[in-house]
Amino acid sequence: MTEALKDLATHIEMKRPDCILGWDIAGGELTMEVAPANIAGLVEFLKTDPTCKFSTLVDITAVDWPERPKRFEMVYHFLSMYQNHRVRLKSQLREDEMIPSITGTHPSADWFEREVFDMFGILFSGHPDLRRILTDYGFRGHPLRKDFPTTGYTEVRYDEALKRVVYEPVKLVQEYRQFDFMSPWEGADYILPGDEKGEEAKK
Amino acid sequence: MMDGSKPLTKGFADAETGEQKIRNFNINFGPQHPAAHGVLRMVMELDGEIVERCDPHIGLLHRGTEKLMESRTYLQNLPYFDRLDYVGTMNQEHAWVLAIEKLTGTPVPRRASLIRVLYCEIGRILNHLLNVTTQALDVGALTPPLWGFEEREKLMIFYERACGARLHAAYFRPGGVHQDLPPELIDDIDAWAEVFPNVLDDIEGLLTENRIFKQRNVDIGVVTEDDIQKYAFSGVMVRGSGLAWDLRRAQPYECYDEFEFQIPVGVNGDCYDRYLCRMAEMRESAKIIRQACDKLRQPENQGDILSRGKITPPKRGEMKTSMEALIHHFKLYTEGFHVPEGEVYACVEAPKGEFGVYLVADGTNRPYRAKIRAPGYPHLQAMDHLCRGHQLADASAILGSLDIVFGEIDR
Repeated sequence: MTEALKDLATHIEMKRPDCILGWDIAGGELTMEVAPANIAGLVEFLKTDPTCKFSTLVDITAVDWPERPKRFEMVYHFLSMYQNHRVRLKSQLREDEMIPSITGTHPSADWFEREVFDMFGILFSGHPDLRRILTDYGFRGHPLRKDFPTTGYTEVRYDEALKRVVYEPVKLVQEYRQFDFMSPWEGADYILPGDEKGEEAKK
Repeated sequence: MMDGSKPLTKGFADAETGEQKIRNFNINFGPQHPAAHGVLRMVMELDGEIVERCDPHIGLLHRGTEKLMESRTYLQNLPYFDRLDYVGTMNQEHAWVLAIEKLTGTPVPRRASLIRVLYCEIGRILNHLLNVTTQALDVGALTPPLWGFEEREKLMIFYERACGARLHAAYFRPGGVHQDLPPELIDDIDAWAEVFPNVLDDIEGLLTENRIFKQRNVDIGVVTEDDIQKYAFSGVMVRGSGLAWDLRRAQPYECYDEFEFQIPVGVNGDCYDRYLCRMAEMRESAKIIRQACDKLRQPENQGDILSRGKITPPKRGEMKTSMEALIHHFKLYTEGFHVPEGEVYACVEAPKGEFGVYLVADGTNRPYRAKIRAPGYPHLQAMDHLCRGHQLADASAILGSLDIVFGEIDR
């Protein structure tokens, strides 16, 4: 299994040395690092090359890493029903960068890219119809970014007087509970309330 | 014209007035349409009764599952998977526990593995029964859902007897399953699986050669091999067109490689072939259930159903005597277990197609990011392609054969 993936990775790297920044096999899964500008070309190659034949797009998603200089990581999963193997492509992206759409090669990328745009605000150049898909009509913000609160900003209710649904800022009767499971013995670096002196005394 | 006015348009020249100009109609299909299988809103452009374009608007059932999962522990996230495709619930849990087990390297005891296969196949029958019969309902048959739901009821009682819940089971756990099955339950499931093909015969007697059912489904929504690749189909959508692609065979997980079953494939790739595929798959699932029951009774397959370790709770009896076990239990259900840093994509052959989870772990007790790959999502996306040129009434037949459940599409 791993041997076959290794062969596959070297094959792709040999054919498209300009696209592949690096590859890695972990847990029986092949992951390849690609520059965002080259993604469309590489996907086209992966689909047409007879050894790869990654004909099915399984998934497109992104991961938000706010502390990294290149904040977003685009993740593509492909499957070949003919060769029976999978590959994962990853691409690092700055917040102000765009990534080429792969809808030309895989029409199924349409909704996946719309979802990534909706959830992360990543723009796809060349996408035919980049609208929001899962969130409400007129929704603001990109929910899966790490700086978006889980509670959101607005809530809706039906107003009996206005006879329509109204949008209001979120009002919580109780603060949203984010438990901190970090054990003090594992070296939590925060200061407990009232314990500020203790920290100073140490220094 | 004789009075000097402009000549009228050809064709309708004798009767055309301002009101009778022919134009395309835009209609809203759903979100409260009973054939929309939930909360689908489709904006359709119609030329007479022919669908020119359809644009599904989804997200009306969006609950932000993926966002919520980021602030909960791995174990707390498990029940969210029941609520995705709420028809065959345990198959979704399976993908989640496989992802965790892959990252943590947890082995699954043999008995738990067999129970998982057993319940996944029950889930598949639950799903197909609902889909096949409601598809019949969409094209005008009222009896099949009544018959099918009777069997679904029995299956949900099997769910209940295993884990206490009829639908939202939360039964599969990382490292095994929650509780062992009593021997009587295994006997009852086996007895049910023995007679279930008769019920399928009855339903087939109603539908397979039914003139109306065939008129509404044969040659409707044809999927070609090219479409499969272009629109990322999986599951029955692929098999209905003659490709024998099944993850249980192609990339075996759990212990599916020990079971004997056929992969039914269609020929024409239309709605009718997909219906036939689902019926045949139910028969195969019943076979797998019987094999699993048989294996579960054998003496070598008795034993524990959880691989006891840091990610599974200690035994109840142990907790009464051991302080460490009690602390472990408390820590497991408050803090949860930590999953080592890494990423993994785990997928299963859910009844609707390939259901996958892409999990990014950062070494804490909560997933950094979890992406749920629902099979219905690309299937519904192809609605525009499949409906074009069909009659409006065919749209509901196509939608029925796509096997859409909004819990998993909207997430």
